[in-house]
Amino acid sequence: MHRRKTDIVTVTGLAALAIGAAAVTRLMNETRNRPPDSAPGRTARQSRFGAYIVAGRTVTIDAPRDRIHAMWREPEQLARFMQDLRAVERGPGDRMTWVIATPGGDARIETRLVEDRHGEALAWRSVEGSDFDIEAKVQLRDAPAGRGTEVEAHVAWRPHWGMAGQWAAKLRRADPRTRGRHELKRLKMLLETGEIATNANQRNT
Amino acid sequence: MRALTWHGRHDVRVENAPDPEIVNPRDAIIEVTSTAICGSDLHLYDGVIPGVAKGDILGHEFMGRVVETGPKSTLQKGQRVVVPFTISCGSCFFCKASLYSACDNSNPVEKQDASEMLYGHAMSGLFGYSHLTGGYPGGQAEYVRVPFSDVGPIVVPDGVPDEQVLFLSDILPTGWMAAENCDIEPGDTVAVWGCGPVGLFAVQSALLMGAGKVIAIDHYPHRLDLARKLGAEVIDFKQTHVLEALMEMSGGLGPDAVIDAVGMESHGFAPDNLLDSAKQRFGMGADSAHALRMALMAVRKGGRVSVPGVYGGMADKFPLGALMEKGLQIRTGQTHVQRYTKELMHRIMEGEIDTTFLISHRLPLEEAARGYRNFHDQQNEWTKVVLTP
Repeated sequence: MHRRKTDIVTVTGLAALAIGAAAVTRLMNETRNRPPDSAPGRTARQSRFGAYIVAGRTVTIDAPRDRIHAMWREPEQLARFMQDLRAVERGPGDRMTWVIATPGGDARIETRLVEDRHGEALAWRSVEGSDFDIEAKVQLRDAPAGRGTEVEAHVAWRPHWGMAGQWAAKLRRADPRTRGRHELKRLKMLLETGEIATNANQRNT
Repeated sequence: MRALTWHGRHDVRVENAPDPEIVNPRDAIIEVTSTAICGSDLHLYDGVIPGVAKGDILGHEFMGRVVETGPKSTLQKGQRVVVPFTISCGSCFFCKASLYSACDNSNPVEKQDASEMLYGHAMSGLFGYSHLTGGYPGGQAEYVRVPFSDVGPIVVPDGVPDEQVLFLSDILPTGWMAAENCDIEPGDTVAVWGCGPVGLFAVQSALLMGAGKVIAIDHYPHRLDLARKLGAEVIDFKQTHVLEALMEMSGGLGPDAVIDAVGMESHGFAPDNLLDSAKQRFGMGADSAHALRMALMAVRKGGRVSVPGVYGGMADKFPLGALMEKGLQIRTGQTHVQRYTKELMHRIMEGEIDTTFLISHRLPLEEAARGYRNFHDQQNEWTKVVLTP
């Protein structure tokens, strides 16, 4: 009697597993092999970029493309909206070192400017020996109906300590995705209002 | 300075807080001369709004005198101003479209994440409310830092008493927008749930906009009496079947438009309401949507639904079928205060609108905690509390 009960449990369990596996396979087949749609690749349900994480965000800023381009080229301007940026050091040629505050201390990211099309696009790639393996790109497009400029920022990085490191950074809101989103919004505030919103009641808080 | 701060459910205190300073170029510092407790402050008092932190200074209905200005402020020291509760930059896509409570640039960046997660988008900053709307220190205090002071505050001529214009900061424009959202046509019947300050101002506004009949619904005799004095017919839901009565009082059609001026903490012993309240009490993020459910059932086919009442989370048992099948239009939102202040100021000056009838109690700021307790517990008599720092 006891034995038969165990058998029933085993058979039911196996059947449930088989049904589950079939459902997952079907779902995977349904999401693969579909004709591409118009959405940016980073919004795909199943995206693989090797060891890299890719994130991006678009904001519309009511300012001309030239002016936004200039903000990303001037280290003094960058410091106004990139809150964690401690310093930017100019290197030889198109090299730049970004000193960024992270939960684990200051990180030095040495980059090369790999693209610079005035009023259209800018891209940086970290060089060998940099603290982070990262690539960032900013693209500028005219927004419809005279709304200004669509600013699309895009960043691909290899997280330290893999996915565990990524989650740890994300929980402390220090991952490139969160930082990038915040920086874009601050840039928008600065260009549209001349200041960055804060609820601080005093200057030194 | 002295300020009213939040410490938890039914626990607010007047204590010392640091004086505010000019932080951004467009700021001004206001010395508060009058400030009121709002019905939506009671949602904070009851602890049903997410994102309120211990020590937060409350208050979003206030006015006062300018004592300091940033280099980009257009105000001048000594001017008297009423300050809208919505903080708006005046230059983003939304502000340009007069959707001031949707301002993209006034809610601090790091505060926008939670709001984006909960609502899909971050809303504007508000004074003295949740950190979802910026966590800005509020106006139940001696001094307030007012960001974007070149956009929001409206200058009050000397000689006009505070009490005549104080409610331009929130509840008068809120009642007005509630009626405007009903697209009232001459002769329309409009039903208003809730005879609190916003409901009463909605009654007044709907009549000014040409409604033929306004029916106000509540259970506090004194509040119903105030609605009656403004020209409304009234229904006491403790003695009358509301849906049946509304049908009979609108020629069997149902009201052309309905206004939910109650929001997330409905009163009454309906089963859906008891369940909602219980869930709310246990922090399950549920809004008590009893008034809104009734409004959707009551409104005539093809009618208009206006929701000035505050909701913050989710609601279930929501009559989506009635909304779709009857072909209803629904309009809502935090008030775009700056859109209305000029016109309403003019109407007050012309004597078309009087708001002072609402004030039942005047207290010094030091007694603000008593004001909250009584505004919460004795809603029949305590219709509006004005505090003086």
